[in-house]
Amino acid sequence: MADTVKIHIDGIPVEVIKGTSILDAAKTVNVKIPTLCHHEDLCVAGNCRVCVVEVEGRKNLVASCAAPVEEGMMIKTTTAKVRRARTDLISLLVSEHNTQCTTCYRSTNCELQALASEYNVDSERYLSVLKPNLQIDKSSYSIEKDDSKCVRCQRCVRTCAELQHVNAIDVAHKGRDMKISTFMDLPMNDVVCVNCGQCVTHCPTGALTERRYYHEIWEAIGDPDKHVVINTAPSVRVALGEMLGYPVGTRVTGKMVNALKKIGFDSVLDTDFTADLTIMEEGHEFLQRVTKALKYGEKVALPMITSCSPGWVKFIEHMYPEHLDHLSTCKSPQQMFGSLVKTFYAEKIGVDPSKIVSVAAMPCAAKKFEANRPEMKSSGYQDVDAGLTTREIGHMIKQSGLDFVNLPDMDYDSYMGESSGAAVIFGATGGVMEAALRTVYEVVTGREVPFKNLAITPVRGLEGIKEAAVKLENVLPAFDFLEGVEVKVAIAHGLRNARTIMDQIKAGTSPYHFIEVMACPGGCIGGGGQPIPTTDEIRKKRIAAIYAEDEGMPVRKSHEVPEIKMIYEQFLHEPLGHKSHELLHTHYIKRKRY
Amino acid sequence: MTKHKQIRIALRNCGVIDPQAIGEYIARDGYQALATCLTKMTPEEVIDQIKKSGLRGRGGGGFPTGLKFEITRKSVSDQKYVVCNADEGDPGAFMDRSILEGDPHSVIEAMAICGYCIGADKGLVYIRAEYPLAIERLKIALEQAREMGLLGKNIFNTGFSFDIELRYGAGAFVCGEETALIHSMEGLRGEPTFKPPFPSVSGYLGKPTNVNNVETFANIPVIINKGAGWFSAIGTEKSKGTKVFALAGKINNVGLIEVPMGTTLREVIYEIGGGIRNGKKFKAVQTGGPSGGCLTEKHLDTPIDYDNLIAAGSMMGSGGMIVMDEDNCMVAVAKFYLDFTVDESCGKCAPCRIGNKRLYELLDKITQGKATMEDISNLKNLCTVIRDASLCGLGQTSSNPVLSTLDNFYDEYIGHVVDHKCAAGQCKALMKYVVIDENCVGCTACARNCPVNAISGEKKQVHFIHQDICIKCGACYDRCKFNAIEIQ
Repeated sequence: MADTVKIHIDGIPVEVIKGTSILDAAKTVNVKIPTLCHHEDLCVAGNCRVCVVEVEGRKNLVASCAAPVEEGMMIKTTTAKVRRARTDLISLLVSEHNTQCTTCYRSTNCELQALASEYNVDSERYLSVLKPNLQIDKSSYSIEKDDSKCVRCQRCVRTCAELQHVNAIDVAHKGRDMKISTFMDLPMNDVVCVNCGQCVTHCPTGALTERRYYHEIWEAIGDPDKHVVINTAPSVRVALGEMLGYPVGTRVTGKMVNALKKIGFDSVLDTDFTADLTIMEEGHEFLQRVTKALKYGEKVALPMITSCSPGWVKFIEHMYPEHLDHLSTCKSPQQMFGSLVKTFYAEKIGVDPSKIVSVAAMPCAAKKFEANRPEMKSSGYQDVDAGLTTREIGHMIKQSGLDFVNLPDMDYDSYMGESSGAAVIFGATGGVMEAALRTVYEVVTGREVPFKNLAITPVRGLEGIKEAAVKLENVLPAFDFLEGVEVKVAIAHGLRNARTIMDQIKAGTSPYHFIEVMACPGGCIGGGGQPIPTTDEIRKKRIAAIYAEDEGMPVRKSHEVPEIKMIYEQFLHEPLGHKSHELLHTHYIKRKRY
Repeated sequence: MTKHKQIRIALRNCGVIDPQAIGEYIARDGYQALATCLTKMTPEEVIDQIKKSGLRGRGGGGFPTGLKFEITRKSVSDQKYVVCNADEGDPGAFMDRSILEGDPHSVIEAMAICGYCIGADKGLVYIRAEYPLAIERLKIALEQAREMGLLGKNIFNTGFSFDIELRYGAGAFVCGEETALIHSMEGLRGEPTFKPPFPSVSGYLGKPTNVNNVETFANIPVIINKGAGWFSAIGTEKSKGTKVFALAGKINNVGLIEVPMGTTLREVIYEIGGGIRNGKKFKAVQTGGPSGGCLTEKHLDTPIDYDNLIAAGSMMGSGGMIVMDEDNCMVAVAKFYLDFTVDESCGKCAPCRIGNKRLYELLDKITQGKATMEDISNLKNLCTVIRDASLCGLGQTSSNPVLSTLDNFYDEYIGHVVDHKCAAGQCKALMKYVVIDENCVGCTACARNCPVNAISGEKKQVHFIHQDICIKCGACYDRCKFNAIEIQ
């Protein structure tokens, strides 16, 4: 039993573990203390001081997020002094804030707005006479940075440093010039930013947002000459509901498909289809690498690492450019989809690919950058015209005036609308690995992976780095060199954990054969394009929805999806074949850190 | 006549010895204290002496030095550090620089003693890069001490090892705050973090660290040599020894002084400082730098020590002391300090970063004659919030110059707001240059010298100053030989 401390909060006796903050202690007795710079994903900063409380015997107010409880503390959270200070602090924050809330993307989902309204602050009281003319940095394909809305809480800085180990943004200058800036104040597209968008989901205001493209998509939808296709990523269907009145973790797949059709997309397809295709390609690429290494003793880069997460891809390009050969050459499902929509799909439905506008609904900010990578033009056109976030889709549905909750469910269109449960779990950390193992194990042994109900539990969950080993026994004759081999895999999510994995590879001590990396904590369900807020509690609920979605699917393995079989028969011919290489695989760029 | 009021302990060797010759320091009992500590005393005994001496931190906080040593000693760790805070940054203050320039060995010796007390073999001096001479002398002194075996391995053959490195600060005022200082030394942004944990438990690189400022260290060898009793006989009940002040402002003798605790402000200003310049009237004395406050006539007989200054609404600070006369506008003085704070706030916490900006703007409004009584009430309110809610000492004390002038010179604020008058005639927006018709002979000197052509009038006719054009530069006033221009 850990040491406990007895205190009183607003007269209520509380006993908590030593070292607990006053804020957390208050939560245990349902005393709500307002916060702004605090985020449970991040280290404590104590910047904004909104959470101040009175502690008997102390001259100054105490920031409850930063102060650990001490035996016998008498804490008061709502005295006149506290309320006065809080109101003034919020007024001060408002005094420097661009309060054009009516036109702000984060309006009604802004923590400062909520606080200002809750405390009914007088925005004129400490009106700043000098509002610096701050420019919006729109240089990046993914992230927009508007300093006029920044409250300097440094959540983004802590996110970029602690969760992601990227350090693209940091605090610069001091005093009146203090601001959140990039290296040498360069534009966001010129720095080491990997576009993961975690800063966006951790920003309490509209200072950091994803760059929006939905206005252009509305235009395309309205253009009768265009054939507008949208494909929706696995984790969008388990998070979109949060923006439209559903509790966290609600699956809204059928309603989402219906809404998108009503909005006017000519075809609503499923990114899960190319997730299954990724498994086919990546699984065989893995087997090919292992065959070369174990059977022929050739020098190939192992462990092989997944390449579905564009934030992760840019991270390794910047941070470990000498190890790019470890990345699978498979494009992400979004990009596979893009190149197939303007080739295979166009041919199938008889539409001129130049008239197709290919849109991807993604939980991700980095997908926007990925869509605009110059090499992503395998179809002869820009493969993906726009990547929209879950939030943008939510806004589009709101703008359309649809009664989302009462929409009947609908199925995805065809072609490229069919998929397996293995594809939908791509949305959760460990999902790509699980999907790959379901297929690879069966290809090698001819049997289903030996886990109850196909649930490979060791790769699931929110632990930063997960490990698993699968022993291959009684393999098919073609894979006799794998008999008795224990395939070691690892899963990392959040780039902080990816760095640990990469440092092992760099040091030559990595014990793994196959590694899955997702840039965002929790995987895509916690992506930078998902509804705000995202916390571990929310991640868990979205993950549970993902696995429920998997279990409800009639097909659970990528290689058994009829449309997948069909595309290989009619178009691609074989995994890693000529056409696959042309359309589904890519190469990477060595990038510098500065 | 003024000499006897001063006792030099921290400054004992400054100007007396050649700071670049270790022999001269040794000749004046230098490194004697370190030898005594290492060869004749246990660390506990040394700490006990320092505790008994009553020495308190001279950087401003006034924390008992011996107690700090003891806490750091009791922190269990494989590695500990001694840090000397030489990031002196109060405007007009240069006590620590003078010690480092004039007597660097006293600090080196004391740091080694501290290392012995707390169980550290490494010391760091965090010094402003703008102090090149102090840095050079410190480097020479370190080299000489190493050559003589007074730093390095196995000092005095006792098995105790200690050495010192320098770390340069870029001149951010907030880096004088110990947690910010430590972050800066670690190569991080110089931002304070909340305490606990205190540096004595988790400081530089997460290890127990004893941070003291230059002047505090400079006292320690003397305490060991002459005894805690000798030291504690000087000063007041709760503040022992002496304090160095940088005397500046409208006073006849400016410069560094070192006086026993308990000396009154009157003695400092009128006896040591030689009174107010040009026979003007004393108005206020600002102590404690940007964190301190302004004291008035009624405080002149207050004995200077940590507690009395705080009770009077100011603080000891690191020793800045600026004297003001009747020509100083107290609102402008408060504004000056706020301007400094706004620039030097690290920007981390909201009340300090934004609140001080708004305070500055309110003060500016007052000096422009555009403020209302509501602004005065907002000013007071905001000061309280900044004081109560800021993260570190900088923010918690940044409103002191405003609060103390509001307390002591409320009438002056009201004068600006209600009567639109600056009694000291310092606030340009509130003053007016006008021609005294009877005295004007129409010589045109004023009009010819006005840089903005604000004065009109024919030769040998009375001239007129157009207030909407006038920039209040005073050129006409200076040029007029007939006393025909007055300031209203």
